[in-house]
Amino acid sequence: MATDSTLGDMLRSQGVSRRAFLKYCSAMASLLALPAGAATAMADALAGARRPSVIWLSFQECTGCTESLTRSHAPTIEGLLFDFISLDYHHTLQAAAGNAAEHAREQAQHDNAGKYLVLVDGSIPMKEHCSTIAGISNLQMLKEAAADAAAIVNIGTCSAYGGLPMANPNPTGAVAVGDIITDKPIVNVPGCPPMPLAITGVIAHYLTMGELPQLDHLGRPLAFFGENIHDRCYRRPFYDQGKFAETFDDEGARKGWCLYKLGCKAPTTYNACAHIKWNNGVSFPIQSGHGCIGCSEPRFWDALGIYDSVPQGQFGSGAKLGAAALAGAAIGAGAAALARRKKAHHVGEDTTTS
Amino acid sequence: MSLLEFARGPAIHASLILLVGGILLRLLGVLLLTRGADLSRPRDAFGNFKGYRTVFSRAWPSDEFTTATRYQTAVAYAFHLATLAVVIGIVPHIEFITSLTGLSWPGLPNWIGVALGTIALASLIALILRRLGKPAVYNSTVEDFITWVIVALPLITGLMAFAHVGPRYETMLALHILSAALLFAYFPFSKLMHAFWFIFSRAQSGLAYAHKGVRI
Repeated sequence: MATDSTLGDMLRSQGVSRRAFLKYCSAMASLLALPAGAATAMADALAGARRPSVIWLSFQECTGCTESLTRSHAPTIEGLLFDFISLDYHHTLQAAAGNAAEHAREQAQHDNAGKYLVLVDGSIPMKEHCSTIAGISNLQMLKEAAADAAAIVNIGTCSAYGGLPMANPNPTGAVAVGDIITDKPIVNVPGCPPMPLAITGVIAHYLTMGELPQLDHLGRPLAFFGENIHDRCYRRPFYDQGKFAETFDDEGARKGWCLYKLGCKAPTTYNACAHIKWNNGVSFPIQSGHGCIGCSEPRFWDALGIYDSVPQGQFGSGAKLGAAALAGAAIGAGAAALARRKKAHHVGEDTTTS
Repeated sequence: MSLLEFARGPAIHASLILLVGGILLRLLGVLLLTRGADLSRPRDAFGNFKGYRTVFSRAWPSDEFTTATRYQTAVAYAFHLATLAVVIGIVPHIEFITSLTGLSWPGLPNWIGVALGTIALASLIALILRRLGKPAVYNSTVEDFITWVIVALPLITGLMAFAHVGPRYETMLALHILSAALLFAYFPFSKLMHAFWFIFSRAQSGLAYAHKGVRI
């Protein structure tokens, strides 16, 4: 439940120094592209922030998004910020179960009407019987929770764009949150899973500024999704030099050359993986030797095969091209034959008349 | 379906169908109209050989015209060679061709690709400026200008996509692929068929002249 304790109180009780907190705020202000002076203002605002009520709804998902946020190796300020929010409802993390859990959600919605945040991971099946919680369909629960929410934050690609559950043939009729809720501010923090800093960055921005961050045309915070991975990738110089890994075990792969030919989707994927990295800045998929799979983009499962490179044409089989060649040849030959016959006919007529 | 998915899927597929079918239609439709061999005795014993040689010898202007056509020859060569090198030399294009044919070869570094693309575009602009400047010489039709635009678009959008100028990369890439699709679909039914006709037209003229004993 939301209480009167502030984030500053909580961080102090956890032994986080003012210096470490300011460092975090400076980094966050920088990431959010706020002016330099905003770091102090952000620190003051965050330190004095009251615990916001958060309802976390998990629908058709794999819990990877929650894992992304909670499985850090050491306690971080991002993690503590997540701890700070009053997570009034979360299947995986809450102690309560059954009716008590559902009651907690209803209570939070009632007590904080118009002020609570709804965080959603997982897509929503329009075939409602495909996924229910306590007998309530995902669709119904989302509509109920969203009715009095201040805003909705979609955590992960499934809730933001449909993700894996919506991939062809989409047996559950899965859709994204934005396809159902159209009258509330929505922030998409896509990724499979999304970056923890992007999740807490949105929350920090909301706590500091009292509003949601600036978004791109796909509803993603520009601070984290404003640039494509290719442009920030440390392997980019190899792309420019024309040095590519051709297979996953050739000399190019061992030398760390560009993975473009192996299906890396970094040129068309917008995320912060290449510069913030994962596991407290240790690495990211491309650094570990596998191309980006474009997980923060809509339809990334269906748009292109994981190992198909970005410029490849999607032709299916070549049968249609072969048929076109035959048809073209036949029409061309037919036109020529007709023209010859017509000419022969005219010549015949001319001979007869003369 | 996003614009990029549409471009590299149905759009480019349909355009390639038109390209392949259209080229064969045009080639057979014209080549099957050829008359039989000239039965008169050639005045030059090597007439046929000299006729075929014209396919290559006409790649360069006759001495009499060297000065008058210097600009046209140099710029047209620059355009054709730079365009060909870009089309088959840069890695994204090779990836596209590989996905279609299974063939692949080493690509050029990006700076060379950009330089070649820039040369191709600059020479194309130089050619249209000359065409506009000398209307009496070129006697242009509307089709000439439409063709110029359709050839220029893939160069412009390709360079813009690489340089991150204009819309986001995936949109520019989609526009680039769509412009190539337009070029493919337009190609067989336009003067761009000179890519094939130049062989036959030169050989035909060469044979006819050589048969009559004209110096070629």
